[in-house]
Amino acid sequence: MKKWIAFWNILLKDMRTYYLKPPNISWGIIFPLAWTGMFLIRSGTGLDSIPALLPGLMAISILFGTTSMLAVTVTFEKKNNSFDRLLLAPISFDLLMLAKTSGAIFFGIVNAMIPILLASFITDISVSSWPLLILAVFLIAVVSTFLGLLIAVAVSEVFEAQTFSNFFRFPMIFLCGLFLPISKLPIFIRPISYVLPLTYGVDIMKGLVKGENFMPIPISFAALTAFCILIFGLSKHFIKKRWIS
Amino acid sequence: MQKDNEDIIVKNLSKSFLDVKAVKDISFEVKAGELFGFLGPNGAGKTTTIKMMTGLARPDFGSIITAGIDCSKNPKAAQHLIGIVPDESNLYPELTGFENLCFCASLYGIGKAEREQEARKLLDAFDLKDAANRKFAGYSKGMKRKLTIAAGIIHKPRVLFLDEPTTGIDVASARALRIMIEELHKQGTTILLTTHYIEEAQRLCDRIAFIVSGKIVAVDSVQNLLKHDEGKYFLHVTHKGKNPDIAEKLTARFDNMTFSFMKDSSFRLESQEPINITPIVMFLEGLGIDVMEAKRIIPSLEDVFVRITGLEAGIMRKDKEKQGGGK
Ligand SMILES: Nc1ncnc2c1ncn2[C@@H]1O[C@H](COP(=O)(O)OP(=O)(O)O)[C@@H](O)[C@H]1O
Ligand SMILES: [Mg+2]
Repeated sequence: MKKWIAFWNILLKDMRTYYLKPPNISWGIIFPLAWTGMFLIRSGTGLDSIPALLPGLMAISILFGTTSMLAVTVTFEKKNNSFDRLLLAPISFDLLMLAKTSGAIFFGIVNAMIPILLASFITDISVSSWPLLILAVFLIAVVSTFLGLLIAVAVSEVFEAQTFSNFFRFPMIFLCGLFLPISKLPIFIRPISYVLPLTYGVDIMKGLVKGENFMPIPISFAALTAFCILIFGLSKHFIKKRWIS
Repeated sequence: MQKDNEDIIVKNLSKSFLDVKAVKDISFEVKAGELFGFLGPNGAGKTTTIKMMTGLARPDFGSIITAGIDCSKNPKAAQHLIGIVPDESNLYPELTGFENLCFCASLYGIGKAEREQEARKLLDAFDLKDAANRKFAGYSKGMKRKLTIAAGIIHKPRVLFLDEPTTGIDVASARALRIMIEELHKQGTTILLTTHYIEEAQRLCDRIAFIVSGKIVAVDSVQNLLKHDEGKYFLHVTHKGKNPDIAEKLTARFDNMTFSFMKDSSFRLESQEPINITPIVMFLEGLGIDVMEAKRIIPSLEDVFVRITGLEAGIMRKDKEKQGGGK
């Protein structure tokens, strides 16, 4: 019970001081709109191509709402030493990391829901299984957030956290089949796609929204879950090693 | 509320950073309810020791038992029993004073009603009531330090670590803080305090460890540390001009006294009997040395520190100026 008071208050504080700040909320709405607009103009197609864009759009919204957000806030707290308070609190590393990431995960999920809600006003979208879609969105948010945690351990300055996040994010946009199918990528680049967690998340969503997945959905879910566990484990290992040195 | 058992037992603690040996094989014990001081210059290893004892740093070697719990294997094991006030305020700049205190209490699992009540009580006690709803970022240095101490004790820890609590704040705030520390001590909290202010250690602490270059060179009560010099007489002489043989000639002439010569054209003499100043001054004048000042000294902890550590007290003063004037 006691440790859940700590968990809940860490989450609540991050929500209030970082995620639910007006600039972040408006960013979460403007960002998917801008991307959709850009693609519609570029491709010259009409509103009926929105379902095709949707999975990529949702993935990008999550990626941009979580990874750098978490990397930056954790680095910021590390920098002004307030993170030490959390390390000194009588709660386990696991619980601390979950508390610290839950806010960003939630923020990522909300960000992913905005494009799908907007799209459903404009055009007809049919999703074969909403629960599975939400689960996929959840797992993508988790994996992207944990990636932010891993970045936070690797850097020590806030600007580095930002740069480093982009270093991961931009290649992922092109290599994970968000807008360009993986089958169209040069063959020697394709293996990289398969070690990026987002590839599996996007494939699930493509399957659920358009029926165009190229891997079986259960396998993609398994891969995504494995990535979550792996990145969480790695982050924990490095936090213990680098921050309790 | 003095108890006999030990709240802290540290054995053979060591820690290196690459090529720097920050803490070298230190051992000490702090009794329950005791106010124990770590006195040493900057870079002596005080903060590193506290970090190891609180779970922010891993010792290379040695064991730590806090409140009967062995923290050597699991540094988190005793964290619910300890409070930490770091040398630099580490609260959340974007939260208000009240919110900061409530948040810190929540980390220790204290429920909403109780933590809000405690936070108000502490803001009152630390004279921060008017600033309760202002953001921490806008606090003055002294206010920041006070709130950081309040945050360190809101969960009523059994053992409190205070890392240089009065460094870098104004004299009035420092005095107020010392009174609060004495109050906490009276209430029975076990306190480990680090400082490089000799007078502060002398005034507050039951026992003091002198720590220099990662080593403890003496641990004792202030009374016992001063006892060594009891019944002895001291004279400090400052002179102008140098005479290469001054040491030799003085020692030969006054063979019942012990001389220690400083770099800055001054020396100190120690004697078992009351010292008569005139013969010494006359002797020096005879050697062609002008005496600027000759004064009797009642030994203070500073003198004991200088004698035991071999450091000049000036080292600590320089630190003080740097810290006070700088950041
Ligand atoms: N993280 C670190 N990396 C490298 N050296 C360190 C680190 N922390 C402390 N040191 C070194 O260890 C020594 C002791 O430092 P510290 O414990 O901070 O001293 P104090 O608190 O007594 O001023 C110093 O020489 C300092 O430079
Ligand atoms: Mg220090």
